[in-house]
Amino acid sequence: MALASVCGFDFKAGKSKLSLGFGEGFGGPSAVDALAASQSFTVPQGIDISQNLARFTDEKSDVKIHFDHGTTTLAFKFKDGVIVAVDSRATAGPYIASQTVKKVIEINPYLLGTMAGGAADCSFWERVLAQQCRVYELRNKTRISVAAASKLLANIVYDYKGMGLSMGTMIVGWDKRGPGLYYVDSDGERLDGSVFSVGSGSVYAYGVLDSGYKWDLAVDEAYDLGKRAIYHATHRDAYSGGVVNLYHMRETGWIKVSQTDVQELHFKYKAEKK
Amino acid sequence: MRHHTIDISGCLTPHKSKMSDRYDRAITVFSPDGHLFQVEYAQEAVKKGSTAVGVRGDNLVVLGVEKKAVAKLQEERTVRKIALLDEHVALAFAGLTADARILINRARIECQSHKLTVEDPVTVEYITRHIAQLKQKYTQSNGRRPFGLSSLIIGFDFDGTPHLYQTDPSGTYHEWKANTIGRSAKTVREFLEKHYTDEVAVSDTETIKLALKALLEVVQSGAKNMEVAVMRRGKPLQMLESEEIEKYITEIEKEREEEAEKKKQKK
Repeated sequence: MALASVCGFDFKAGKSKLSLGFGEGFGGPSAVDALAASQSFTVPQGIDISQNLARFTDEKSDVKIHFDHGTTTLAFKFKDGVIVAVDSRATAGPYIASQTVKKVIEINPYLLGTMAGGAADCSFWERVLAQQCRVYELRNKTRISVAAASKLLANIVYDYKGMGLSMGTMIVGWDKRGPGLYYVDSDGERLDGSVFSVGSGSVYAYGVLDSGYKWDLAVDEAYDLGKRAIYHATHRDAYSGGVVNLYHMRETGWIKVSQTDVQELHFKYKAEKK
Repeated sequence: MRHHTIDISGCLTPHKSKMSDRYDRAITVFSPDGHLFQVEYAQEAVKKGSTAVGVRGDNLVVLGVEKKAVAKLQEERTVRKIALLDEHVALAFAGLTADARILINRARIECQSHKLTVEDPVTVEYITRHIAQLKQKYTQSNGRRPFGLSSLIIGFDFDGTPHLYQTDPSGTYHEWKANTIGRSAKTVREFLEKHYTDEVAVSDTETIKLALKALLEVVQSGAKNMEVAVMRRGKPLQMLESEEIEKYITEIEKEREEEAEKKKQKK
């Protein structure tokens, strides 16, 4: 394989195929039972990922895999549920690849996930999470809790710790314990909290968010706070921009509140100052 | 003898004969008329085991087991037929004690594992399903025999609802209001069917007495021959002391005498 040789991978004789297997040494997934198969750990054969990854992320390497972390996402709990607000810009270095990226992943009607870091990592694993949540629902005849859903995701990515996954996500939902908000990242971190912001623009968002946050916010005040925080982040952070996608997680599930261009917000807030 | 096997990806590979091959074939196979005889034989083993009774009330669930006479030199404490799976779930079984030990260990681990991944205690249905799935696996595995036991699983879910489930060697499970397994199960179940009412379920003492009455159908009278455990909502499992059991038995015997008197007077 040309790409493999360029990357400097040396495949052992007889195992020249890059196939999915249980780490090193196994000939292929053994179908013991469906339960085990769904939890199988897929990894390229014959290579130790954690040791080889440095080759690509190293600045001096000829072949570089560059992860885009440019984004601003935020979520906060308040008396009427959880607000989720995200930007929509994707960058590849200084190039704006897209202004219309969907950074909120709709896992199911009562669970949302946000995307920050590697877009593929986030969307893929959150879709796997959606599958696991659905299977849980069918097996146990009850919806999965936000704590359990976020833990499933955290446990999955922990298995790949050190192998280069890049994901900073917030899992948002409403279950029997009330509104739920968890931060999960590819380092294996999982935190329960009321206010989170993730991404390169999060520092700016936190400033606005923390100064305006109250548990007792009215619904429209909460919407405004979320939008404002994202706008200010996009204003100062080069890697955030596009539109603000705003979601509201309620007891009956999530709703998509609005999609507002940040330019529109810019002139609106400017007018307010006068 | 050289022969080939086809592996999971469809490739033909040469197969060297090994000692373990002889045990690779499943022991539990279908008979021509659709029976799994190994499972049925396991159920026979259960029928020989000591009786266990479970009764679900509105506010508590009771487990009672027949305690076989302890040999003179034997220390009594080592013979425990009611096991705690978690704070809110308990299990009693009828059948092979050694098999039960394995299942109980696996169930206990699963209770904690569930708490770790889901951050919630197991529901009684979940742990029952887990045990039942494990039992089923062993009816469809290479070189393994089914577990020779049925179990009664009691407990309260997080939302406060009481449950009583029964599993059997085939891996099926059902929820019951009251049930019995082991020796003379049929007789005892008929007794339960006759005497279980909603009025009984409402009263804690009546529920306990029903379990004892059912056990007394097959066990020689006396707290020495019974082990009784009560699970109440939000409280740890309570093993009844022999004095307490004796008190209930005396009450039951008095009631029976009064019943007999009334019948005599009618005549």
